[in-house]
Amino acid sequence: MGFKNSIIWMYFSSPRNFYPLAGKLIPWFAGLAAIFAIVGLYISFFVAPPVLSDQKEYYVIIFIHVAAAWMSMFIYVVMSVYAFIGLVWNIKMSEMMATALAPTGAMFTFLALWTGALWGRPSWGTYWVWDARLTSELILLFLYIGFMSLQSAIDDPRRAARASGLLAIVGVINIPIIYFSVRWWNTLHQGFSVTPTQTKQLVDPAIFWGMIIVALACWMYTIAVVLARVRTEILERERQTSWVQGLVGGQK
Amino acid sequence: MNAIADFFHIGGYGFYVWGSYGVTALFIAIEIYLVVRAKHTVTKRLARLSRLNNKVS
Amino acid sequence: MSEGSLLFAWRSMLVRDVMLAMRRKADVLTTLFFFLIVVSLFPLGVGPELETLRQIAPGVIWVAALLAAMLSLGRLFSDDYDDGTLEQMLLLPHSLSMMVLSKVFAHWLLSGLPLVVFSPLLGMQLGLNGDAIILLMITLALGTPALSLIGAVGAGLTLGVRGGGVLVSLLVLPLYIPILIFGAGAVESAASGLGADAHLSILGAFFIGALVVTPLSTAAALRISLD
Repeated sequence: MGFKNSIIWMYFSSPRNFYPLAGKLIPWFAGLAAIFAIVGLYISFFVAPPVLSDQKEYYVIIFIHVAAAWMSMFIYVVMSVYAFIGLVWNIKMSEMMATALAPTGAMFTFLALWTGALWGRPSWGTYWVWDARLTSELILLFLYIGFMSLQSAIDDPRRAARASGLLAIVGVINIPIIYFSVRWWNTLHQGFSVTPTQTKQLVDPAIFWGMIIVALACWMYTIAVVLARVRTEILERERQTSWVQGLVGGQK
Repeated sequence: MNAIADFFHIGGYGFYVWGSYGVTALFIAIEIYLVVRAKHTVTKRLARLSRLNNKVS
Repeated sequence: MSEGSLLFAWRSMLVRDVMLAMRRKADVLTTLFFFLIVVSLFPLGVGPELETLRQIAPGVIWVAALLAAMLSLGRLFSDDYDDGTLEQMLLLPHSLSMMVLSKVFAHWLLSGLPLVVFSPLLGMQLGLNGDAIILLMITLALGTPALSLIGAVGAGLTLGVRGGGVLVSLLVLPLYIPILIFGAGAVESAASGLGADAHLSILGAFFIGALVVTPLSTAAALRISLD
């Protein structure tokens, strides 16, 4: 069993074999994303209660906000795991996955900040507070931007992937330190003590399931779009090989 | 008709709610467009390169 | 001390780096003057009220120190990269991380230490009292080595890259944030009567943590860049 599994992993860690597999998987994940999005948004807007204690109708932003915030952090961790595997075991496919994940992660980080601002305005009366979580999220966005800038500044794709991979690993070690520092800093300044009353909201199962399903939709979407992006990356980096030559030469 | 208007109004918070969901939808649409376009341009460029190589050799 | 020993190589590298910098004093002085000028700009921008300046002083001095430390990062490895010394370093029988540590120590002596020494001047300019100035010096003395250590990773990653100077700031500044928070926070916390022991301990912990982790990462970064 273990042996058979490792054979399968080795087989698909070759870009040549992964390319068609990714092509086959994309429609499935895209379809699942669409289904989860429809179900999740239906629950958020029609099943979940319209008003939550002190939070009025605007709290419906929570569904996309929480999903985006989760994604922004998960993607960074997944990205650095791929980068680590790529660096240590020298697996090209893993490097390319890390590269392909970054833009989507940055997008979700921005969306978490954006939806947070639009939620903060009606509930706290301001678009931005220097709250520990908001500040950490902003720094996470900077880390994503650094990763992508380093990647695009280096011409040699191999070196670009390895250098930015190392940066992602250094970043992921730092994220807990940054979060803890920002929390400390925030309490020292006795900033806004408003935090979304999570426990109360999670009591309602419709809200809980709405959040989970919207987050699942985001996951499926991420997988689909990252697989699509990694296919382009494979073509670029393997353009010298005969199989890519045959592939692009065939479809003029 | 009124129900639909109410739905988009969201108790006067339409700007915030649709601002959030609208921008999310817009970003996702842009990302999909960019990924599809990148695939297209790369395939075309590589096809051109391989034609060139064939001619040369 | 035999000529092949690690300690000998380590010391030679340090002496060489310091000597090279001393022959071109402009580099060292530029960093220091940058630090002094940036801090002097703040009163002009914020206004001359000492009360306001005293409040923002720790933050301003720390941010300026961050920028000054970063400004000099570009030269940490680039000269050795251009003339091939770095490739020779890879061939040494000693661990690359130890050699990196020697270079980082030289970098701190030339760019971090002057900031620590001249910070009282800026503290007085911004109206800090004696205790606060001493505390500020201690935080800078603990924090700037960590800045050099962390910055070295960024400098290693951006070796020979287009626009490396600006890029390194993008990579390194987010990682500097914890040091900024606790460095500037110590002085504020002492001013509000809470004491600065906790801040200083954490700054020390950052320094030791960076001392353990970053030479290895920098060595890995250099290997990638020279591949």
